[in-house]
Amino acid sequence: MAKNVWVFCEQRDGELQSVAIELLGVARELADKVNEKVVALLLGDGVSAKANDLVAYGADEVRVVDHANLKHFVTEYYAQAVTQLVKANDPNVVLFGATSIGRDLAPRLSARLHTGLTADCTKLEMDEAGNLFMTRPAFGGNLFATIICPEHRPQMSTVRPGVMKKPEFDGARKGDIIQETINWDDSKAVVKVVEEVKETKNVEKIEDAKILVSCGRGVKDVAPAFDVAKKVKGTVSSSRSLVDSGIIEHARQVGQTGKTVRPQAYLAFGISGAIQHLAGMEESEYIVAVNTDVNAPIFKVANLGIVADANAVLKQLDKIL
Amino acid sequence: MKIIVCIKQVPNTTEIKIDPVKNTLIRDGVPSIINPDDKTAIEVALQLKEKHGAEVVVLTMGPMQAEKALREALAMGADEAYLLSDRAFAGSDTLATSTIIAAAVKKLGADLVLCGRQAIDGDTAQVGPQIAEHLGIPQITYAAAVDYDAEREVLVVKRQFEDRYQTLEAKGLCLVTVLSTLGTPRYMNVWDMVAQDEKEIGIITFADLDLDKANIGLSGSPTKVKSTATKQFDKTIETVELDPEGAARAIVDALKARHLI
Repeated sequence: MAKNVWVFCEQRDGELQSVAIELLGVARELADKVNEKVVALLLGDGVSAKANDLVAYGADEVRVVDHANLKHFVTEYYAQAVTQLVKANDPNVVLFGATSIGRDLAPRLSARLHTGLTADCTKLEMDEAGNLFMTRPAFGGNLFATIICPEHRPQMSTVRPGVMKKPEFDGARKGDIIQETINWDDSKAVVKVVEEVKETKNVEKIEDAKILVSCGRGVKDVAPAFDVAKKVKGTVSSSRSLVDSGIIEHARQVGQTGKTVRPQAYLAFGISGAIQHLAGMEESEYIVAVNTDVNAPIFKVANLGIVADANAVLKQLDKIL
Repeated sequence: MKIIVCIKQVPNTTEIKIDPVKNTLIRDGVPSIINPDDKTAIEVALQLKEKHGAEVVVLTMGPMQAEKALREALAMGADEAYLLSDRAFAGSDTLATSTIIAAAVKKLGADLVLCGRQAIDGDTAQVGPQIAEHLGIPQITYAAAVDYDAEREVLVVKRQFEDRYQTLEAKGLCLVTVLSTLGTPRYMNVWDMVAQDEKEIGIITFADLDLDKANIGLSGSPTKVKSTATKQFDKTIETVELDPEGAARAIVDALKARHLI
């Protein structure tokens, strides 16, 4: 019988990606529900040393494939490795980050393993029988659907980065680290990586910020927002309208077509709160909304709602901080 | 070179609203469009045709009214169009859908298959890679640039990631999913608009394909929708009207109380 919750732990250049850690947290909750193991898959070239970290974040078992074929992300090699491990071990669940890697690899695997896949989940729950309930937004965030995969195993899903909470690092945790060997079929890997170029953008990562000073259409001048962000050691983010009008770069956009964030404080200035925006920030721990329109939907998710002119408040904040 | 472009007709999700009383989606009057990423895939195919000579075939699955999307693709300059439509296909999830489309691609024959990265109604990005697996051909997703090196007979693709890109080369049949940022789709052209009127749209049904009913439609779909819900919010709300000074003070106090500043 299929058992255990597996996590494909994405790394890039040997660095574990945040979403991998987030997934170990939710995998732990799911596995505990049915008293099973969390198994981390660590694939790459020269990545074995990271296995201990995965144990510390909640894995009971780490299966490592450390091979030169996995230096760059190449769909076919990664698919061969995961397929062989899944077929040999029959996991109940396999989770992937909904990144440009997870969203390439997971559908390929679902077709190869002939099982279901649910994309971009924002909530995962499990019943006592080991059935996974996967909730995801659809129709641009207007609708939420809960998907099940009752008759096929493994149950697979990709999970949006930033949605699940990172577990605590516990260096004292114990787990098994298993080195795996794969029978590679090079004849299938016909796509050649000619070059791989890292694009270093000088943008602060909004998903890592403790405080976000977020601007919407109601903000006429974003300069005070940047000053305020600097003073509170936070970062500026924005809703879609300022990105579309070219005032703020896309990397700072929060929402369905931007990023999902959960800072300790989210300060929304002049943001009305379209459902697509709320989907990206409602999990923030504390939400302040400043808007002149008392009926703005943003007030529905705010812990502190202030009816006032966002521009004047930003200027005043800049003054008193 | 024969290029098959897989497209989807979708509701324009930016115009979908929620009925505040019934808490359901209002779909009436929402226009149907060619999915934006797919429209760029058509554009990429037409550019390859102009540069290297190619036959561009568009393929979609859906109800009969999806013919409108195919007519638009023909008016952009596509040569042929096919609609996969059959009651047996209804209720298919991504895996079942990809099984059907792969069977159609196999029947039509192609040297290159193009798809959009993802559709705006489902946002799954799954059908492209699943088609590629069913066909046993390589996939390249998130394409930010696509070119063909005729001399070496290789497809050269810039594959975008969040923090990097790869330049990839593929020889032989493969499937590429493109980003809408790759290029702006051309408008329908007057001559092609007239010409498309004359063109037949090929209808492909279950009977035309080598398919097992166990793998398609609702019963052949591993995933099922258990329930749907519109968004509910349950935060404790405190909304106050304040002057700018009072507002700034309240925000600073709130952040201090939480030891954030």
